[in-house]
Amino acid sequence: MSDSTPHGSHVPAEGPAVGQDEWVARHAEQRFMPGGPLGALEDRIRRVPWWAWLILFLAAASTLPVFEHSGYVRYVAFSTVLYMLLALGLNVVVGWGGLLDLGYVAFYGIGAYAYAMLDSDKFGIHLPTIVSVPLVVAIGAIGGFLLGLPSRRLTGDYLAIVTLFFLQLFQTITTNGDAAFGHNLTGGPNGILNVDPFHLGKHDLVVQHEGIFAVSYFYVALAVFAVVFVALRFVNQSRTGRAWRSQREDPLAAEAMGMPVNWLKLLSFSFGAAVAALTGTLFAAQSASVFPLTFYFVLLIIVYTMVILGGSGSQAGVVAGAVIVSPLLELLRDPGKSRVIFFLALVGGLLLMSRRSRALGIVAIVTLAFGFAVHEILGAIDKSWIAGEHQGGFAGVTDHWVVAPAHMARWIAPTSYIGLIAAVLLVTMVRGRLRLALLVPTVYLTAFVWENVMLAKPEPARYIVLGVILIALMILRPNGLLGERRVEIV
Amino acid sequence: MDTFLQLTVDALTLGSVYALIALGYTLVYGVLKLLNFAHGDVFMVGSFIGFGVLQLLGGTSKPVVPVWLLLVLMVLAAMVGCAVLGVVIERFAYRPLRDAPRIAPLISALGVSFFLANSMQLLFGATPRNYNIFDLANASLYTKGFNVGNVHVALLRIITVVAAFVLMVLLWFLVNRTRTGKAMRATSYDREAAAMMGIDIDKVIVFTFVLGSALAGAGGVLQSLRVPTTVAIGFVVGLKGFTAAVIGGIGSIPGAMAGGLILGFAESFSQGYISTKWSDLIVFSILIAFMIFRPQGLLGRADIRKV
Repeated sequence: MSDSTPHGSHVPAEGPAVGQDEWVARHAEQRFMPGGPLGALEDRIRRVPWWAWLILFLAAASTLPVFEHSGYVRYVAFSTVLYMLLALGLNVVVGWGGLLDLGYVAFYGIGAYAYAMLDSDKFGIHLPTIVSVPLVVAIGAIGGFLLGLPSRRLTGDYLAIVTLFFLQLFQTITTNGDAAFGHNLTGGPNGILNVDPFHLGKHDLVVQHEGIFAVSYFYVALAVFAVVFVALRFVNQSRTGRAWRSQREDPLAAEAMGMPVNWLKLLSFSFGAAVAALTGTLFAAQSASVFPLTFYFVLLIIVYTMVILGGSGSQAGVVAGAVIVSPLLELLRDPGKSRVIFFLALVGGLLLMSRRSRALGIVAIVTLAFGFAVHEILGAIDKSWIAGEHQGGFAGVTDHWVVAPAHMARWIAPTSYIGLIAAVLLVTMVRGRLRLALLVPTVYLTAFVWENVMLAKPEPARYIVLGVILIALMILRPNGLLGERRVEIV
Repeated sequence: MDTFLQLTVDALTLGSVYALIALGYTLVYGVLKLLNFAHGDVFMVGSFIGFGVLQLLGGTSKPVVPVWLLLVLMVLAAMVGCAVLGVVIERFAYRPLRDAPRIAPLISALGVSFFLANSMQLLFGATPRNYNIFDLANASLYTKGFNVGNVHVALLRIITVVAAFVLMVLLWFLVNRTRTGKAMRATSYDREAAAMMGIDIDKVIVFTFVLGSALAGAGGVLQSLRVPTTVAIGFVVGLKGFTAAVIGGIGSIPGAMAGGLILGFAESFSQGYISTKWSDLIVFSILIAFMIFRPQGLLGRADIRKV
């Protein structure tokens, strides 16, 4: 799927398009050269226009509530759409503008808080939704512009720190805003409660229907998503979008060409902030309350992981990132499900890799045998080593494979966890047979740590997974799943 | 007047710890041009190492070694532990990205920060750890010291400030008077040219991370002598340290010390005279003011770009 950058499009036989470097085009073509029947299929898929994909996706997403009646699942679907919107907005700043905005979720918070102030009993204001939402979006856009102003002269790193501090400041203001100059503005740590749902005239868009999540918000969010997606797509293909990309690649050259670089940066900041604020209104209206701690570092990392995983710069990519990460985080909350996910990922990963090299296939088999052996030996020495509690996944197969002590002595968790980190780092350092040999105990140790240490505390564990994904992605595949690999001319 | 003196004492203690963190940022930034977001979390790990050593040596109620040795061992252990951690982070999260676009190591650093904070929570839980220094040797660290007017300057604060300044002097000596320091300065000035002159860049960078992380570890212990530590402090501490580095002029070692002290004074005085809740806002305003009027910081060089 070619997105954001012009070199991604299929290069016609007569040569690159105007304004495209010939060398870059040739290399891009080589990468996309289809081969064999699979290649032909890939080529066919690649030619499907973006709007067809969008309609397909929306159609598939909108049938979800038909099959799924659980309020929880519907709610997760709704929050996934919110994440998709957030990722789209961040993509404008990071992917197209090339600016590291670490205060992004503060604008999400500003949107939510602004809506909550304009539509709740807090100040007794109840604006109609059609007035308040555009107003909030404008507030977000102006806020983004103002934050960008002092930082516009500054390069990436300074911008990162100013925006990160801004996020911290947003926290301070919302948490302490219950006593600002003698007025209670933000409700402090207790937040603002009883926020109105979206309403048109006298009709409320109900949040709950017979006690479970009402699906209407899911459809509203999906509609907003479609509008934002298309609008941003057009912006990206416009003069402004091209200017963004050019200043991202080389601000100096762009400036020399007469582009207003600072203005462009501010504009991309504003766009991102406006999308975040819009998403914030959806959040506030649905959850009927806002609290300061919702909009903090954790959320920032989650949205960044989505954008980076999907491939920053590609709209389809960041949406895919959100669709993967959001449900993943939900599944990892539950130990039973996260065990299944872990073993599926482990087996899947080994299978995938063993297709590429036979040695890894052998490693997989040896690991399996190693596990059973370790389990039997330790069990023979002392029964309490394997008497740990099992919820019995995979028909008890893992019960006979992974060692689980009946009670975890205090030293086991830190030792095994730090040992695992050391083992993983060691595996990346050595080469050849030694690496394969080391892989066996490392994989086993991973399973041990996951079963005994991580599953006991899902909250930090799922964020650790996120952090690992982020670091590994930056090193192994910085362009993400669907992002463009940049062909750099040195 | 008493309030003023008390706040000045507070500011000096706070500021010297900020300066230690800011030095770590500034060193790494000087050599790698990288904002090491994980630095605050290295500080946090240091404070936990200090706590671990304290528990190993019998805790504050009945320590098995003399008090001074206990403090020295805690700081040393944290420095060594953090230095190792810093080297590992550099080797595995930053080195592979050295030639990547500027934004890549920044995001990797965010990932490391998040990973460290959550790993510590996984292993040690989210409950605050209090060193309970008050119990040590019949509270002598609090009761001893000297008086200025009506203001009591506790021994603990003197130890914190003196230790921080000793470390800074040591660092100054290392950077300005040794061969390795010379190599560091050369690398910071122009990495490629330094490499051509036969300086082993990898070694210099590793050494930089050793220095910076060790200072963060010491800072972590010094800070936690007075304030309980949790696994979540890394974020705010890192933010403050970096702000101090920027105010002082990032890349400049005396600048980081000055910036740390300025930040300490700003925070302490705004807490004392204005409001404890809004000191973040004031610090942020100072940061913004510097960004607008003096982006190169107090003692930094203006960045002249040759095209």
